[in-house]
Amino acid sequence: MKRTHPIIASLALLTMGFLYLPLLGVAVFSVNSARRGLVWKGFTLDWYIKLFSNEWILEAAWNTFLLAVTSTLVATVLGTVLAIGMDRFPWTRRINNILDIILHIPVVIPDIILAAALVVAFGLLRVLSAMFEPGLLNMIIGHITFQIAFVALVVRSRLVAIGSEIEEAARDLFAGNWYLMRRIMLPLLMPGIVAGGMLAFTLSLDDFVISFFTAGPESQTLPLYIFAAVRRGVTPQIHALSTLIMIITVVLVIGTERFTRKG
Amino acid sequence: MTRRLLIWYGELTTRQNLLKRGLYFLSSGMLWLMVFLVLPGLVLVVVSFATRGAYGQLEWDFTIENYKRLMGFSLFGWTSDYLVILWRSVVVAFFTTLVSIVLSYPLCFFIAGREERSRYMWLTLVIIPFWTNMVIRTYAWFLILAPELPFAKLAAAMGFIPHGAPLYPNAFAVYIGMVSMFLPFVTLPLYASVEKLDWSLVEAAQDLYASRVRVFTQAILPQTMPGLSVGIILTFVPAMGMFVVPDLLGGAKYMLVGNLIQQQFGASRDWPFGAAISMGLMILTMVSLQIYRRKSKEIEHI
Repeated sequence: MKRTHPIIASLALLTMGFLYLPLLGVAVFSVNSARRGLVWKGFTLDWYIKLFSNEWILEAAWNTFLLAVTSTLVATVLGTVLAIGMDRFPWTRRINNILDIILHIPVVIPDIILAAALVVAFGLLRVLSAMFEPGLLNMIIGHITFQIAFVALVVRSRLVAIGSEIEEAARDLFAGNWYLMRRIMLPLLMPGIVAGGMLAFTLSLDDFVISFFTAGPESQTLPLYIFAAVRRGVTPQIHALSTLIMIITVVLVIGTERFTRKG
Repeated sequence: MTRRLLIWYGELTTRQNLLKRGLYFLSSGMLWLMVFLVLPGLVLVVVSFATRGAYGQLEWDFTIENYKRLMGFSLFGWTSDYLVILWRSVVVAFFTTLVSIVLSYPLCFFIAGREERSRYMWLTLVIIPFWTNMVIRTYAWFLILAPELPFAKLAAAMGFIPHGAPLYPNAFAVYIGMVSMFLPFVTLPLYASVEKLDWSLVEAAQDLYASRVRVFTQAILPQTMPGLSVGIILTFVPAMGMFVVPDLLGGAKYMLVGNLIQQQFGASRDWPFGAAISMGLMILTMVSLQIYRRKSKEIEHI
Protein backbone atom coordinates (compact mmCIF):
# COMPACT_ATOMS: atom_id res chain seq x y z
CA MET A 1 0.00 0.00 0.00
CA LYS A 2 1.26 3.44 -0.87
CA ARG A 3 2.05 5.80 1.96
CA THR A 4 -0.27 8.79 2.16
CA HIS A 5 1.31 12.15 1.40
CA PRO A 6 1.00 14.51 4.41
CA ILE A 7 -0.80 17.13 2.29
CA ILE A 8 -3.39 14.55 1.24
CA ALA A 9 -3.79 13.37 4.81
CA SER A 10 -4.34 16.87 6.16
CA LEU A 11 -6.83 17.67 3.35
CA ALA A 12 -8.70 14.48 4.22
CA LEU A 13 -8.82 15.32 7.91
CA LEU A 14 -10.02 18.86 7.14
CA THR A 15 -12.79 17.39 5.00
CA MET A 16 -13.83 15.07 7.80
CA GLY A 17 -13.84 18.07 10.13
CA PHE A 18 -16.05 19.91 7.64
CA LEU A 19 -18.51 16.98 7.69
CA TYR A 20 -18.58 16.64 11.47
CA LEU A 21 -18.17 20.19 12.78
CA PRO A 22 -21.86 21.14 12.40
CA LEU A 23 -23.05 17.82 13.82
CA LEU A 24 -20.74 18.18 16.82
CA GLY A 25 -22.07 21.69 17.30
CA VAL A 26 -25.61 20.36 17.58
CA ALA A 27 -24.54 17.67 20.05
CA VAL A 28 -22.59 20.14 22.24
CA PHE A 29 -25.40 22.68 22.42
CA SER A 30 -27.94 19.97 23.26
CA VAL A 31 -26.32 19.61 26.69
CA ASN A 32 -25.74 23.32 27.27
CA SER A 33 -28.00 24.88 29.86
CA ALA A 34 -28.10 28.30 28.12
CA ARG A 35 -31.54 28.83 26.64
CA ARG A 36 -30.27 31.00 23.79
CA GLY A 37 -27.02 32.21 22.27
CA LEU A 38 -23.73 30.42 21.79
CA VAL A 39 -22.36 30.71 25.31
CA TRP A 40 -21.53 27.72 27.45
CA LYS A 41 -23.43 27.83 30.72
CA GLY A 42 -22.84 24.36 32.09
CA PHE A 43 -23.83 20.78 31.42
CA THR A 44 -27.48 19.70 31.61
CA LEU A 45 -29.70 16.89 30.37
CA ASP A 46 -32.85 18.97 30.94
CA TRP A 47 -33.54 19.40 27.23
CA TYR A 48 -33.58 15.63 26.77
CA ILE A 49 -35.91 15.10 29.71
CA LYS A 50 -38.25 17.80 28.42
CA LEU A 51 -38.46 16.02 25.05
CA PHE A 52 -40.37 13.19 26.66
CA SER A 53 -43.06 15.48 28.02
CA ASN A 54 -43.58 17.30 24.71
CA GLU A 55 -46.72 15.77 23.23
CA TRP A 56 -46.01 17.10 19.74
CA ILE A 57 -42.62 15.44 19.64
CA LEU A 58 -43.90 12.16 21.04
CA GLU A 59 -46.65 12.07 18.46
CA ALA A 60 -44.22 12.94 15.65
CA ALA A 61 -41.87 10.19 16.85
CA TRP A 62 -44.72 7.68 16.85
CA ASN A 63 -45.78 8.75 13.33
CA THR A 64 -42.20 8.49 12.05
CA PHE A 65 -41.90 4.98 13.49
CA LEU A 66 -45.31 3.82 12.24
CA LEU A 67 -44.58 5.22 8.78
CA ALA A 68 -41.16 3.57 8.57
CA VAL A 69 -42.30 0.15 9.87
CA THR A 70 -45.44 -0.11 7.75
CA SER A 71 -43.87 1.08 4.52
CA THR A 72 -40.76 -1.07 5.04
CA LEU A 73 -42.80 -4.24 5.61
CA VAL A 74 -44.92 -3.73 2.49
CA ALA A 75 -42.00 -2.57 0.33
CA THR A 76 -39.77 -5.47 1.41
CA VAL A 77 -42.38 -8.07 0.45
CA LEU A 78 -43.29 -6.37 -2.85
CA GLY A 79 -39.66 -5.62 -3.73
CA THR A 80 -38.46 -9.17 -3.01
CA VAL A 81 -41.22 -10.79 -5.07
CA LEU A 82 -40.57 -8.31 -7.86
CA ALA A 83 -36.83 -9.04 -7.85
CA ILE A 84 -37.46 -12.80 -8.13
CA GLY A 85 -39.94 -12.16 -10.92
CA MET A 86 -37.41 -10.06 -12.83
CA ASP A 87 -34.39 -12.30 -12.35
CA ARG A 88 -35.64 -15.88 -12.44
CA PHE A 89 -37.80 -15.97 -15.57
CA PRO A 90 -36.88 -15.99 -19.26
CA TRP A 91 -38.19 -12.54 -20.23
CA THR A 92 -37.22 -11.21 -23.61
CA ARG A 93 -34.60 -8.52 -23.68
CA ARG A 94 -37.13 -5.81 -24.46
CA ILE A 95 -39.37 -6.63 -21.51
CA ASN A 96 -36.31 -6.79 -19.26
CA ASN A 97 -35.24 -3.33 -20.42
CA ILE A 98 -38.67 -1.83 -19.76
CA LEU A 99 -38.85 -3.40 -16.28
CA ASP A 100 -35.36 -2.15 -15.59
CA ILE A 101 -36.20 1.42 -16.59
CA ILE A 102 -39.34 1.48 -14.41
CA LEU A 103 -37.36 0.12 -11.46
CA HIS A 104 -34.69 2.77 -11.83
CA ILE A 105 -37.04 5.78 -12.09
CA PRO A 106 -37.20 6.46 -8.33
CA VAL A 107 -33.43 6.09 -8.09
CA VAL A 108 -32.49 8.51 -10.87
CA ILE A 109 -35.05 11.32 -10.77
CA PRO A 110 -34.90 14.16 -8.23
CA ASP A 111 -37.24 13.11 -5.41
CA ILE A 112 -39.11 16.40 -5.59
CA ILE A 113 -40.51 15.32 -8.97
CA LEU A 114 -41.89 12.07 -7.49
CA ALA A 115 -43.33 14.16 -4.65
CA ALA A 116 -45.00 16.56 -7.10
CA ALA A 117 -46.39 13.66 -9.15
CA LEU A 118 -47.83 12.06 -6.01
CA VAL A 119 -49.45 15.32 -4.85
CA VAL A 120 -51.21 15.69 -8.19
CA ALA A 121 -52.20 12.00 -8.37
CA PHE A 122 -53.58 11.98 -4.81
CA GLY A 123 -55.39 15.21 -5.58
CA LEU A 124 -57.22 13.53 -8.44
CA LEU A 125 -57.80 10.27 -6.52
CA ARG A 126 -59.45 12.31 -3.77
CA VAL A 127 -62.42 12.71 -6.10
CA LEU A 128 -62.88 8.93 -5.86
CA SER A 129 -62.25 8.45 -2.16
CA ALA A 130 -61.61 10.56 0.94
CA MET A 131 -58.90 8.02 1.78
CA PHE A 132 -56.46 10.10 -0.25
CA GLU A 133 -56.68 13.24 1.89
CA PRO A 134 -53.13 14.36 2.78
CA GLY A 135 -52.01 12.28 5.74
CA LEU A 136 -50.28 9.20 6.98
CA LEU A 137 -51.74 6.83 4.39
CA ASN A 138 -50.52 8.99 1.53
CA MET A 139 -47.10 9.21 3.14
CA ILE A 140 -46.95 5.42 3.51
CA ILE A 141 -47.87 4.97 -0.15
CA GLY A 142 -45.23 7.51 -1.18
CA HIS A 143 -42.51 5.85 0.87
CA ILE A 144 -43.37 2.36 -0.39
CA THR A 145 -43.10 3.64 -3.96
CA PHE A 146 -39.47 4.64 -3.69
CA GLN A 147 -38.55 1.85 -1.25
CA ILE A 148 -39.72 -0.94 -3.60
CA ALA A 149 -37.10 0.03 -6.15
CA PHE A 150 -34.23 -0.01 -3.64
CA VAL A 151 -35.31 -3.33 -2.08
CA ALA A 152 -35.71 -4.95 -5.50
CA LEU A 153 -32.26 -3.77 -6.61
CA VAL A 154 -30.56 -5.13 -3.47
CA VAL A 155 -32.41 -8.48 -3.58
CA ARG A 156 -31.74 -8.85 -7.29
CA SER A 157 -28.01 -8.47 -6.82
CA ARG A 158 -28.22 -11.20 -4.16
CA LEU A 159 -30.14 -13.44 -6.60
CA VAL A 160 -27.40 -12.97 -9.17
CA ALA A 161 -24.76 -13.74 -6.53
CA ILE A 162 -26.49 -16.99 -5.50
CA GLY A 163 -26.32 -18.27 -9.07
CA SER A 164 -28.22 -21.26 -10.38
CA GLU A 165 -26.36 -24.34 -9.10
CA ILE A 166 -28.19 -24.80 -5.81
CA GLU A 167 -31.61 -24.45 -7.40
CA GLU A 168 -30.61 -26.92 -10.11
CA ALA A 169 -29.46 -29.39 -7.48
CA ALA A 170 -32.75 -28.98 -5.61
CA ARG A 171 -34.74 -29.60 -8.78
CA ASP A 172 -32.64 -32.68 -9.53
CA LEU A 173 -33.68 -33.96 -6.12
CA PHE A 174 -37.35 -33.40 -7.07
CA ALA A 175 -38.04 -30.27 -5.03
CA GLY A 176 -41.44 -28.79 -5.92
CA ASN A 177 -42.07 -25.07 -6.49
CA TRP A 178 -43.19 -24.34 -2.94
CA TYR A 179 -40.54 -26.44 -1.30
CA LEU A 180 -37.87 -24.75 -3.41
CA MET A 181 -39.18 -21.29 -2.55
CA ARG A 182 -39.56 -21.88 1.18
CA ARG A 183 -36.60 -24.09 2.00
CA ILE A 184 -34.01 -23.08 -0.60
CA MET A 185 -34.63 -19.63 -2.04
CA LEU A 186 -35.86 -17.78 1.06
CA PRO A 187 -33.03 -18.89 3.38
CA LEU A 188 -30.44 -18.11 0.71
CA LEU A 189 -32.02 -14.76 -0.05
CA MET A 190 -32.49 -13.76 3.60
CA PRO A 191 -29.31 -11.65 3.91
CA GLY A 192 -30.34 -9.73 0.78
CA ILE A 193 -33.91 -9.29 1.98
CA VAL A 194 -32.81 -8.05 5.40
CA ALA A 195 -30.23 -5.71 3.85
CA GLY A 196 -32.88 -4.37 1.46
CA GLY A 197 -35.35 -3.97 4.32
CA MET A 198 -32.83 -2.10 6.46
CA LEU A 199 -32.03 0.18 3.53
CA ALA A 200 -35.75 0.82 3.04
CA PHE A 201 -36.21 1.53 6.75
CA THR A 202 -33.34 4.03 6.86
CA LEU A 203 -34.55 5.68 3.66
CA SER A 204 -37.97 6.15 5.24
CA LEU A 205 -36.58 7.58 8.49
CA ASP A 206 -34.33 9.85 6.46
CA ASP A 207 -36.92 11.05 3.98
CA PHE A 208 -38.05 14.63 4.14
CA VAL A 209 -39.24 15.66 0.70
CA ILE A 210 -41.88 12.97 0.01
CA SER A 211 -43.27 13.34 3.55
CA PHE A 212 -43.29 17.14 3.33
CA PHE A 213 -45.41 17.08 0.17
CA THR A 214 -47.87 14.36 1.20
CA ALA A 215 -48.30 15.05 4.93
CA GLY A 216 -51.50 16.35 6.46
CA PRO A 217 -51.97 18.43 9.61
CA GLU A 218 -52.30 15.31 11.76
CA SER A 219 -49.31 13.42 10.44
CA GLN A 220 -46.18 15.31 11.50
CA THR A 221 -42.99 13.27 11.48
CA LEU A 222 -39.78 14.18 13.30
CA PRO A 223 -37.99 15.61 10.24
CA LEU A 224 -41.06 17.71 9.42
CA TYR A 225 -41.28 18.86 13.04
CA ILE A 226 -37.62 19.90 13.10
CA PHE A 227 -37.95 21.72 9.79
CA ALA A 228 -40.96 23.69 11.00
CA ALA A 229 -39.29 24.39 14.35
CA VAL A 230 -35.95 25.69 13.00
CA ARG A 231 -37.76 28.09 10.70
CA ARG A 232 -39.27 29.66 13.82
CA GLY A 233 -35.94 29.68 15.63
CA VAL A 234 -33.52 27.09 16.92
CA THR A 235 -33.94 25.95 20.54
CA PRO A 236 -31.79 23.64 22.69
CA GLN A 237 -34.68 21.20 22.69
CA ILE A 238 -34.35 20.85 18.89
CA HIS A 239 -30.64 20.19 19.38
CA ALA A 240 -31.48 17.46 21.88
CA LEU A 241 -34.03 15.87 19.54
CA SER A 242 -31.58 16.03 16.62
CA THR A 243 -28.79 14.52 18.71
CA LEU A 244 -31.06 11.63 19.70
CA ILE A 245 -31.91 11.04 16.04
CA MET A 246 -28.20 11.12 15.17
CA ILE A 247 -27.45 8.55 17.86
CA ILE A 248 -30.18 6.28 16.50
CA THR A 249 -28.71 6.74 13.01
CA VAL A 250 -25.24 5.76 14.22
CA VAL A 251 -26.63 2.63 15.89
CA LEU A 252 -28.58 1.68 12.74
CA VAL A 253 -25.59 2.28 10.47
CA ILE A 254 -23.18 0.25 12.60
CA GLY A 255 -25.78 -2.51 13.03
CA THR A 256 -26.35 -2.72 9.27
CA GLU A 257 -22.60 -2.70 8.60
CA ARG A 258 -22.03 -5.56 11.01
CA PHE A 259 -24.88 -7.51 9.47
CA THR A 260 -23.96 -7.06 5.82
CA ARG A 261 -20.30 -7.79 6.46
CA LYS A 262 -21.25 -11.12 8.00
CA GLY A 263 -23.85 -11.94 5.30
CA MET B 1 -44.51 -19.35 -29.20
CA THR B 2 -43.58 -22.99 -29.42
CA ARG B 3 -44.39 -25.58 -26.81
CA ARG B 4 -40.77 -26.76 -26.72
CA LEU B 5 -39.52 -28.12 -23.43
CA LEU B 6 -36.63 -26.30 -21.86
CA ILE B 7 -34.52 -26.63 -18.78
CA TRP B 8 -34.53 -23.51 -16.62
CA TYR B 9 -32.69 -23.47 -13.31
CA GLY B 10 -32.84 -27.26 -13.30
CA GLU B 11 -36.58 -27.42 -13.95
CA LEU B 12 -37.95 -29.22 -17.00
CA THR B 13 -40.78 -27.01 -18.20
CA THR B 14 -42.15 -24.98 -21.08
CA ARG B 15 -41.65 -21.34 -21.81
CA GLN B 16 -45.35 -20.58 -21.45
CA ASN B 17 -45.44 -22.20 -18.04
CA LEU B 18 -42.50 -20.16 -16.83
CA LEU B 19 -43.75 -16.87 -18.20
CA LYS B 20 -47.16 -17.45 -16.63
CA ARG B 21 -45.56 -18.05 -13.25
CA GLY B 22 -43.22 -15.12 -13.78
CA LEU B 23 -46.18 -12.86 -14.39
CA TYR B 24 -47.56 -13.74 -10.96
CA PHE B 25 -44.28 -12.69 -9.40
CA LEU B 26 -44.10 -9.43 -11.33
CA SER B 27 -47.75 -8.46 -11.00
CA SER B 28 -47.95 -7.09 -7.44
CA GLY B 29 -44.79 -4.94 -7.50
CA MET B 30 -45.25 -3.75 -11.07
CA LEU B 31 -48.91 -2.94 -10.46
CA TRP B 32 -47.85 -0.80 -7.50
CA LEU B 33 -45.19 1.01 -9.51
CA MET B 34 -47.64 1.52 -12.38
CA VAL B 35 -50.35 3.03 -10.16
CA PHE B 36 -48.15 5.14 -7.88
CA LEU B 37 -45.15 5.95 -10.07
CA VAL B 38 -45.75 5.70 -13.82
CA LEU B 39 -49.35 6.94 -13.85
CA PRO B 40 -48.68 9.90 -11.51
CA GLY B 41 -45.74 10.78 -13.73
CA LEU B 42 -47.99 10.82 -16.79
CA VAL B 43 -50.65 12.77 -14.88
CA LEU B 44 -47.96 15.33 -14.00
CA VAL B 45 -47.19 15.76 -17.69
CA VAL B 46 -50.89 16.25 -18.51
CA VAL B 47 -51.44 18.68 -15.61
CA SER B 48 -48.50 20.79 -16.77
CA PHE B 49 -50.71 21.74 -19.75
CA ALA B 50 -53.81 22.44 -17.62
CA THR B 51 -54.92 25.76 -16.16
CA ARG B 52 -55.18 26.96 -12.59
CA GLY B 53 -58.70 27.97 -11.58
CA ALA B 54 -59.40 31.05 -9.49
CA TYR B 55 -59.32 29.06 -6.23
CA GLY B 56 -56.33 26.94 -7.09
CA GLN B 57 -58.39 24.10 -8.54
CA LEU B 58 -57.47 22.37 -11.80
CA GLU B 59 -59.24 23.34 -15.00
CA TRP B 60 -58.83 21.23 -18.07
CA ASP B 61 -58.31 23.93 -20.70
CA PHE B 62 -55.12 22.78 -22.30
CA THR B 63 -52.54 25.48 -23.01
CA ILE B 64 -48.79 25.89 -23.13
CA GLU B 65 -49.20 28.98 -20.95
CA ASN B 66 -47.34 27.38 -18.01
CA TYR B 67 -44.27 26.68 -20.11
CA LYS B 68 -44.35 30.18 -21.61
CA ARG B 69 -44.48 31.56 -18.07
CA LEU B 70 -41.49 29.42 -17.09
CA MET B 71 -39.61 30.87 -20.08
CA GLY B 72 -40.36 34.33 -18.67
CA PHE B 73 -43.29 35.52 -20.77
CA SER B 74 -46.00 37.19 -18.71
CA LEU B 75 -48.73 39.78 -19.09
CA PHE B 76 -46.21 42.48 -18.39
CA GLY B 77 -43.64 41.40 -20.95
CA TRP B 78 -40.56 39.25 -20.58
CA THR B 79 -38.66 38.72 -17.33
CA SER B 80 -35.70 36.49 -16.70
CA ASP B 81 -36.70 35.57 -13.10
CA TYR B 82 -37.59 31.91 -13.61
CA LEU B 83 -34.82 31.28 -16.13
CA VAL B 84 -32.30 32.74 -13.68
CA ILE B 85 -33.51 30.30 -10.99
CA LEU B 86 -33.31 27.35 -13.41
CA TRP B 87 -29.82 28.33 -14.55
CA ARG B 88 -28.71 28.93 -10.95
CA SER B 89 -29.87 25.41 -10.02
CA VAL B 90 -27.72 23.91 -12.77
CA VAL B 91 -24.72 26.01 -11.69
CA VAL B 92 -25.13 25.18 -8.00
CA ALA B 93 -25.56 21.47 -8.75
CA PHE B 94 -22.51 21.54 -11.03
CA PHE B 95 -20.20 23.25 -8.55
CA THR B 96 -21.53 21.18 -5.65
CA THR B 97 -20.60 18.06 -7.59
CA LEU B 98 -17.22 19.48 -8.64
CA VAL B 99 -16.18 20.56 -5.13
CA SER B 100 -17.39 17.23 -3.72
CA ILE B 101 -15.18 15.41 -6.22
CA VAL B 102 -12.15 17.59 -5.45
CA LEU B 103 -12.56 16.94 -1.72
CA SER B 104 -13.37 13.25 -2.17
CA TYR B 105 -10.15 12.21 -3.93
CA PRO B 106 -7.79 13.09 -1.05
CA LEU B 107 -10.26 11.59 1.42
CA CYS B 108 -10.45 8.33 -0.57
CA PHE B 109 -6.66 8.11 -0.95
CA PHE B 110 -6.30 8.75 2.75
CA ILE B 111 -8.78 6.02 3.72
CA ALA B 112 -7.32 3.54 1.22
CA GLY B 113 -3.89 4.16 2.78
CA ARG B 114 -5.01 3.14 6.30
CA GLU B 115 -4.60 -0.32 7.75
CA GLU B 116 -7.43 -2.73 7.01
CA ARG B 117 -9.00 -2.38 10.46
CA SER B 118 -9.06 1.39 10.68
CA ARG B 119 -10.25 1.61 7.07
CA TYR B 120 -13.65 0.30 8.19
CA MET B 121 -13.76 2.88 10.94
CA TRP B 122 -13.04 5.75 8.55
CA LEU B 123 -15.58 4.46 6.04
CA THR B 124 -18.20 4.20 8.77
CA LEU B 125 -17.39 7.79 9.70
CA VAL B 126 -18.23 8.83 6.12
CA ILE B 127 -21.38 6.69 6.05
CA ILE B 128 -22.87 8.21 9.23
CA PRO B 129 -23.42 11.72 7.81
CA PHE B 130 -24.64 10.05 4.59
CA TRP B 131 -27.53 8.60 6.60
CA THR B 132 -28.12 11.49 8.98
CA ASN B 133 -31.32 13.36 8.29
CA MET B 134 -30.82 16.20 5.83
CA VAL B 135 -32.88 18.70 7.81
CA ILE B 136 -30.59 18.20 10.80
CA ARG B 137 -27.43 18.42 8.71
CA THR B 138 -28.66 21.64 7.11
CA TYR B 139 -29.82 23.53 10.17
CA ALA B 140 -26.65 22.43 12.02
CA TRP B 141 -24.84 25.05 9.93
CA PHE B 142 -26.88 27.74 11.70
CA LEU B 143 -24.61 27.14 14.68
CA ILE B 144 -21.32 27.21 12.79
CA LEU B 145 -22.29 30.27 10.75
CA ALA B 146 -23.67 32.14 13.78
CA PRO B 147 -22.49 35.73 14.35
CA GLU B 148 -20.64 34.80 17.57
CA LEU B 149 -18.23 32.45 15.79
CA PRO B 150 -14.98 33.44 14.01
CA PHE B 151 -16.28 32.54 10.52
CA ALA B 152 -18.99 35.20 10.58
CA LYS B 153 -16.67 37.64 12.37
CA LEU B 154 -14.03 37.19 9.67
CA ALA B 155 -16.59 37.75 6.91
CA ALA B 156 -17.82 40.85 8.72
CA ALA B 157 -14.26 42.17 9.13
CA MET B 158 -13.75 41.77 5.39
CA GLY B 159 -16.96 43.66 4.75
CA PHE B 160 -19.03 40.86 3.22
CA ILE B 161 -21.75 41.02 5.87
CA PRO B 162 -22.72 43.62 8.47
CA HIS B 163 -21.21 43.27 11.96
CA GLY B 164 -23.21 41.01 14.26
CA ALA B 165 -25.02 39.30 11.38
CA PRO B 166 -24.94 35.55 10.80
CA LEU B 167 -23.18 34.14 7.72
CA TYR B 168 -26.54 33.03 6.30
CA PRO B 169 -28.84 33.22 4.38
CA ASN B 170 -26.77 33.77 1.26
CA ALA B 171 -25.20 32.01 -1.72
CA PHE B 172 -22.08 31.07 0.25
CA ALA B 173 -24.12 29.30 2.92
CA VAL B 174 -26.04 27.39 0.22
CA TYR B 175 -22.78 26.12 -1.27
CA ILE B 176 -21.42 25.13 2.16
CA GLY B 177 -24.64 23.31 2.97
CA MET B 178 -24.87 21.60 -0.41
CA VAL B 179 -21.26 20.37 -0.44
CA SER B 180 -21.44 19.01 3.11
CA MET B 181 -24.75 17.35 2.20
CA PHE B 182 -23.53 15.59 -0.93
CA LEU B 183 -19.84 14.99 -0.24
CA PRO B 184 -20.39 11.44 1.10
CA PHE B 185 -22.48 10.63 -2.01
CA VAL B 186 -19.30 11.06 -4.08
CA THR B 187 -16.81 9.70 -1.54
CA LEU B 188 -18.48 6.33 -0.97
CA PRO B 189 -18.78 5.11 -4.60
CA LEU B 190 -15.43 6.72 -5.49
CA TYR B 191 -13.77 4.83 -2.66
CA ALA B 192 -14.88 1.50 -4.16
CA SER B 193 -12.86 2.41 -7.28
CA VAL B 194 -9.88 3.90 -5.46
CA GLU B 195 -9.51 0.78 -3.35
CA LYS B 196 -9.11 -1.32 -6.50
CA LEU B 197 -6.71 1.14 -8.14
CA ASP B 198 -3.73 -0.47 -9.86
CA TRP B 199 -0.85 1.57 -8.41
CA SER B 200 1.68 0.07 -10.78
CA LEU B 201 0.11 2.11 -13.60
CA VAL B 202 0.47 5.27 -11.51
CA GLU B 203 4.10 4.43 -10.75
CA ALA B 204 4.75 3.69 -14.41
CA ALA B 205 3.43 7.12 -15.31
CA GLN B 206 5.66 8.71 -12.67
CA ASP B 207 8.67 6.74 -13.90
CA LEU B 208 8.05 8.14 -17.36
CA TYR B 209 8.25 11.69 -15.95
CA ALA B 210 4.55 12.48 -16.33
CA SER B 211 3.59 15.70 -14.54
CA ARG B 212 1.33 15.43 -11.49
CA VAL B 213 -1.62 16.62 -13.58
CA ARG B 214 -0.99 14.00 -16.25
CA VAL B 215 -0.57 11.25 -13.68
CA PHE B 216 -4.01 12.17 -12.41
CA THR B 217 -5.79 12.62 -15.74
CA GLN B 218 -4.19 9.64 -17.50
CA ALA B 219 -3.47 7.06 -14.82
CA ILE B 220 -5.84 7.73 -11.93
CA LEU B 221 -8.94 9.31 -13.50
CA PRO B 222 -9.65 6.62 -16.14
CA GLN B 223 -9.25 3.88 -13.53
CA THR B 224 -11.61 5.51 -11.04
CA MET B 225 -14.20 6.54 -13.64
CA PRO B 226 -16.78 3.82 -12.76
CA GLY B 227 -17.05 4.88 -9.11
CA LEU B 228 -16.78 8.56 -9.98
CA SER B 229 -19.67 8.29 -12.45
CA VAL B 230 -21.94 6.74 -9.83
CA GLY B 231 -20.95 9.48 -7.41
CA ILE B 232 -21.60 12.23 -9.94
CA ILE B 233 -25.08 10.92 -10.75
CA LEU B 234 -25.90 10.36 -7.06
CA THR B 235 -24.92 13.97 -6.35
CA PHE B 236 -25.94 15.96 -9.38
CA VAL B 237 -29.50 14.60 -9.71
CA PRO B 238 -30.67 15.21 -6.12
CA ALA B 239 -28.68 18.47 -5.99
CA MET B 240 -30.74 19.78 -8.92
CA GLY B 241 -33.98 19.22 -7.03
CA MET B 242 -32.76 20.12 -3.54
CA PHE B 243 -34.97 22.52 -1.62
CA VAL B 244 -34.19 22.05 2.08
CA VAL B 245 -30.71 23.59 1.87
CA PRO B 246 -31.66 26.67 -0.19
CA ASP B 247 -34.80 27.11 1.92
CA LEU B 248 -32.93 27.21 5.22
CA LEU B 249 -29.55 28.63 4.15
CA GLY B 250 -30.39 30.61 1.01
CA GLY B 251 -33.55 32.46 1.95
CA ALA B 252 -35.74 34.23 -0.59
CA LYS B 253 -32.79 35.80 -2.40
CA TYR B 254 -31.08 32.60 -3.43
CA MET B 255 -33.94 30.35 -4.52
CA LEU B 256 -33.38 27.18 -6.50
CA VAL B 257 -35.84 25.35 -8.74
CA GLY B 258 -36.77 23.03 -5.85
CA ASN B 259 -38.06 26.00 -3.84
CA LEU B 260 -39.98 27.22 -6.86
CA ILE B 261 -41.72 23.85 -7.24
CA GLN B 262 -42.45 23.65 -3.52
CA GLN B 263 -44.02 27.12 -3.61
CA GLN B 264 -46.44 26.10 -6.36
CA PHE B 265 -47.59 23.03 -4.44
CA GLY B 266 -47.62 24.90 -1.15
CA ALA B 267 -48.48 28.57 -0.68
CA SER B 268 -49.34 29.52 -4.28
CA ARG B 269 -51.37 26.37 -4.95
CA ASP B 270 -50.67 26.50 -8.65
CA TRP B 271 -50.31 22.82 -9.60
CA PRO B 272 -50.18 23.29 -13.38
CA PHE B 273 -47.27 25.72 -13.11
CA GLY B 274 -45.60 23.48 -10.50
CA ALA B 275 -45.97 20.55 -12.88
CA ALA B 276 -44.46 22.57 -15.72
CA ILE B 277 -41.46 23.53 -13.57
CA SER B 278 -41.04 19.86 -12.60
CA MET B 279 -40.94 18.99 -16.29
CA GLY B 280 -38.33 21.70 -16.80
CA LEU B 281 -36.25 20.26 -13.97
CA MET B 282 -36.62 16.77 -15.42
CA ILE B 283 -35.47 17.89 -18.87
CA LEU B 284 -32.52 19.87 -17.47
CA THR B 285 -31.41 16.87 -15.39
CA MET B 286 -31.66 14.46 -18.33
CA VAL B 287 -29.82 16.81 -20.72
CA SER B 288 -27.02 17.37 -18.19
CA LEU B 289 -26.61 13.64 -17.62
CA GLN B 290 -26.54 13.04 -21.38
CA ILE B 291 -23.78 15.64 -21.81
CA TYR B 292 -21.89 14.01 -18.97
CA ARG B 293 -22.25 10.54 -20.53
CA ARG B 294 -20.66 11.82 -23.77
CA LYS B 295 -17.79 13.50 -21.93
CA SER B 296 -17.09 10.53 -19.66
CA LYS B 297 -16.81 8.19 -22.66
CA GLU B 298 -14.06 10.43 -24.04
CA ILE B 299 -12.17 10.23 -20.75
CA GLU B 300 -12.45 6.46 -20.54
CA HIS B 301 -10.98 6.12 -24.02
CA ILE B 302 -7.82 8.11 -23.32
